Amino acid sequence: MIFESNSMDETQTFAHQFAQQIPVGSVVALIGNLGTGKTTFTQGFAKSLGIEERVGSPTFKLVSEYEGSPHNLYHIDAYRLDNGLDFLNIGGEVFLIPKEAVTLIEWADIIKEILPPNTIYLTFSRVDGNPNGRRIILDGLNEND
Amino acid sequence: MIVLGIESSCDETAAAICRNGKILSSVVSSQLIHSKFGGVIPEIASREHEKLLNQLVHESLEESGIKKDEIDAIAVTVGPGLAGTLLTGISFAKGLALGLDIPVLPVNHLEAHIFANFLADPSLEYPFVCLLVSGGHTQLWLIEKMNHYTLLGETRDDAAGEAFDKGARIFGLSYPGGPLIEEEAKGGNPKAHHFPRGLMGKESLEFSFSGLKTSLLYFMDNFQESDSVKKRDIIASYQKAIIDTLVEKMKRAIQKTNVKTCVIAGGVAANKSLRETLESSLPTIRILFPDLSYCTDNAAMISYLGELKANAGESWSIDFGVKPNLKLA
Repeated sequence: MIFESNSMDETQTFAHQFAQQIPVGSVVALIGNLGTGKTTFTQGFAKSLGIEERVGSPTFKLVSEYEGSPHNLYHIDAYRLDNGLDFLNIGGEVFLIPKEAVTLIEWADIIKEILPPNTIYLTFSRVDGNPNGRRIILDGLNEND
Repeated sequence: MIVLGIESSCDETAAAICRNGKILSSVVSSQLIHSKFGGVIPEIASREHEKLLNQLVHESLEESGIKKDEIDAIAVTVGPGLAGTLLTGISFAKGLALGLDIPVLPVNHLEAHIFANFLADPSLEYPFVCLLVSGGHTQLWLIEKMNHYTLLGETRDDAAGEAFDKGARIFGLSYPGGPLIEEEAKGGNPKAHHFPRGLMGKESLEFSFSGLKTSLLYFMDNFQESDSVKKRDIIASYQKAIIDTLVEKMKRAIQKTNVKTCVIAGGVAANKSLRETLESSLPTIRILFPDLSYCTDNAAMISYLGELKANAGESWSIDFGVKPNLKLA
């Protein structure tokens, strides 16, 4: 499925709808270059879980854990890692089988060799000729295949 | 009093010994690895923490000339940080404390960063404003005395250090981006292009850097070097946008709180252009820039704050757990 967004608000609305559809325990890989909307998406997703805290990308601390409803959110940023082993070395495997939570991983392509087989992929890119336009390609969510 | 400090909140492991407010030794995993593996620094992390802790504690004891049974208390980071790596440090600290029959004290990593400023400059006096500015944080604090901290403002999105890192990526430089951008910006014209400052309104003490990053991304789409505008001019302009924002917020914080001293802590404090701009913008304010060794993650600040807390009569029991999302106030 391909979603076209024309603004940050639209990306957040898409994230909200997406959050309502995916089952607890999902791992979602967010792939795309800088400034394509990965963090904006995560912010919308968090709002949908009733998370009031500010959501920024945890580039330095790697993982942010948020308490939400009906489940929690693990927000991971693999930007400064080199590979999947780096992620496992910080005890990352608990986030790949999230209990009572959903895991969103920015820059997930860096650690792709350790992502579980049922990972849902969202690929973000910019749209030529429309500075605010973003294309989000959804893969791996059964209902929409 | 002799306190052993243990830090493992992210991907660095560290141990230190503090005696009566003086740091006798402070070892950080990357330094150790550096010397033992001849310059190669592998990724350090929780399983690595486990292997390293024992070694680091021994190293810190050896360096300080203190014997294990002379330690009066152990201070350990409980948060904020990664649950897995924090747990490794806490478990180790508790085990050692039980074995030595001494108390173990939970320490807040952010609070320790603030108190590291006293280690760096003993003449520092309350009250002061602290700008904590690193890859992970951009926060302005009013520090009135121990346990009296007010958050004046923080970033709504990216940290300032992150704005440097991600800007560096857009410019084709590597990680971490701060020092590389500073180097490339030398000799560039910081007025070549005006990037937006995320000032968030006239009085706000909040920060925002994600708009700046996006603006750079769009600008670089169509940028081509010419005789009049070089890439280094754009890098200098980008750096100036980050620095101007930090300086403006610091000015507002000083105005609002009316304090006479401010401290810049965190990795971004190493930026010389930030130092110069602050000093020329706030001529009547005493501005302290602690040595970088106190700004990065270390256990010296953990042992130091642990001793202060113990001396202040704070009591504790051993049944504390990890607090990955711990706040300062």
